Amino acid sequence: MDAAFRKTLLERMMIIRAFEDTIGKLFYKGQIPGFIHLSIGQEGTSVGSCAALKDSDYIGTTHRGHGHIIAKGVDLNRMMAELFGRLDGFNRGKGGSMHVFDKSKGVLGANGIVGGGIPIVTGGALSAKMEGKGRVAMCFFGDGASNEGTFHEALNIAAVWKLPAIYVCENNQYGEFTPLKDATSVSQISKRAAAYDIPGVTVDGNDIEAVHQAATEAVARARRGEGPTLLECMTYRWHGHFHGEEALLGSRKYRETEEIERWKKLCPIANYKAKLEREKVLTGEQIAALEQGATDKVNAAVEFAQKSPMPTGENALENLFAEA
Amino acid sequence: MREITYIQAINEAIREEMERDPAVFVMGEDVQLSAFGSTSGLVEKFGAERVRNTPISEAGFVGAGIGAALTGYRPVVEIQIASFFWVAMDQVCNEASKIQYMSGGQAKLPLTIRSLYGVIGSGAAQHSETMYSSFMNVPGLKIAIPTTPYDAKGMLKSAIRDNNPVLFFEHMRFGGKKGPVPEGEYLVPLGKAATVREGKDVTIVAIGWAVDLALDAAKKLEAEGVSAEVIDVRCLAPLDKEAILASVRRTGRLVVVDEAHKTGCAGTEIVAIAAEEAFSSLRAPVRRVASHDVPIPFAPAMESFVIPSVEKIHAAVKEVLA
Repeated sequence: MDAAFRKTLLERMMIIRAFEDTIGKLFYKGQIPGFIHLSIGQEGTSVGSCAALKDSDYIGTTHRGHGHIIAKGVDLNRMMAELFGRLDGFNRGKGGSMHVFDKSKGVLGANGIVGGGIPIVTGGALSAKMEGKGRVAMCFFGDGASNEGTFHEALNIAAVWKLPAIYVCENNQYGEFTPLKDATSVSQISKRAAAYDIPGVTVDGNDIEAVHQAATEAVARARRGEGPTLLECMTYRWHGHFHGEEALLGSRKYRETEEIERWKKLCPIANYKAKLEREKVLTGEQIAALEQGATDKVNAAVEFAQKSPMPTGENALENLFAEA
Repeated sequence: MREITYIQAINEAIREEMERDPAVFVMGEDVQLSAFGSTSGLVEKFGAERVRNTPISEAGFVGAGIGAALTGYRPVVEIQIASFFWVAMDQVCNEASKIQYMSGGQAKLPLTIRSLYGVIGSGAAQHSETMYSSFMNVPGLKIAIPTTPYDAKGMLKSAIRDNNPVLFFEHMRFGGKKGPVPEGEYLVPLGKAATVREGKDVTIVAIGWAVDLALDAAKKLEAEGVSAEVIDVRCLAPLDKEAILASVRRTGRLVVVDEAHKTGCAGTEIVAIAAEEAFSSLRAPVRRVASHDVPIPFAPAMESFVIPSVEKIHAAVKEVLA
């Protein structure tokens, strides 16, 4: 990986972190309706994986999908506007955080149903195969989703039809408020690949270069027509299942503070900054400049969103059906 | 004009659309062999890439159909028997119906899902499904239920060309039904009802197989001096309200016949529309003839008790004329 590319990887993680941090604060100020599910701590998996894709490749993601969508390269302003529910948002305020969709960048949607998007992205892979132009489809989902029937059906279909799909499981050890070990029959989701006779790989999700390496291999396999791969990235979310859950849960904890602190020390961004500085790829000043740049981009997006018009009630009746 | 069967009409529609547009492909369980015949002969002509046998994974392959439709293809997915729709409900009702809307119009979803439905005779509860009513309550889906070979071919071609998700229900009893179908290209638009029998004393609105029952009842009534107008709904979504209301305003009496379970059936929506928008024209309360609110039982005597019949329609018409 050349220096410029590594710098891009760091920068993209910083943008995601700045975005998630900012919306976390704006949410508490009441500027973002509904729910948000922050992916802070998981930036290594989104950026590492999406960096293996082209613009023309497809992705699909989950309710915790901001990182993947930003890593795919969408317009940050329009994404922020969608979270604010404004007309300049990608979905014109119809979808919000859990349903961001950007056709121009192959984002086949974030999805509010756990496992709901896995067959859909598999359909994107089917279409890519029939088209024959070397496109691939990358599907993001969590450890919890690997217990949904749709996961099993989709992987079987992709395996049987040798579809150019990459199934990226972000194993952050929790499905909502339930730990992995209480819900899932395997400790490593990648073991489930054997059930479909496809390769299964587990990597440290917070080591962005390890993620990128594994994703690149899986994408290359898919482009060569060798079929799907299950890529499991071990990681952790610093924040709750949904933002603001502490108010609901009160003193009820489902994660130990010690565990959260331990994973914070494994921050993908902090560690990559240190690595790039150590290897003399970037200086401390350059890193600080990247950080500022990320903050600036996110602030600009917030400004764009705040200025974007709100939809009227009547806008609700548009776009139910497409024209001929 | 030549006469072909309903199944042949379906087969021709799919074949012609696949010839016309390389983006059209077929996907479903056993579609290559096609035991009932709807897709037989297609794999030989178009190849296995475009006529795909799926595993028994309704949620998986309906979802794959959604993904393919989002990315430039026109899938014609088959749900072998309509009761299997329940297995794929999240994909149909949480995904396919909502993606275009939720995406703010970015997504086009030209997906057709065809399925065999209805009571065939002792199929028992899980193979005798009439569940289009459930889909009527899900905005974002089109629902087509043609009753003749002519409509089957024309409406399926329209459905495939439609840029929206269309659920296409073919009654299991219609397979061998013959009817006139012209050679050459024609389309029947979705969203239009058909007046299949003109009359002035009562409007009988019927859905799917119930149309044939209604027509038999109308003949019986004619011999008794009652002139019944029969409307074949053909499409539940979009529903041709205007055709129904125009007829009700003329006759003043409405009987709706629906093979679905009575409570919350599609017919309920039709009588509600009449009550809301044609109340002053009504000279009698509206009547629904539908299946009892029990799962369809296995034994023939119980099954025929539960579902609509010519006699039940006849009795309902007599009630509204009393």
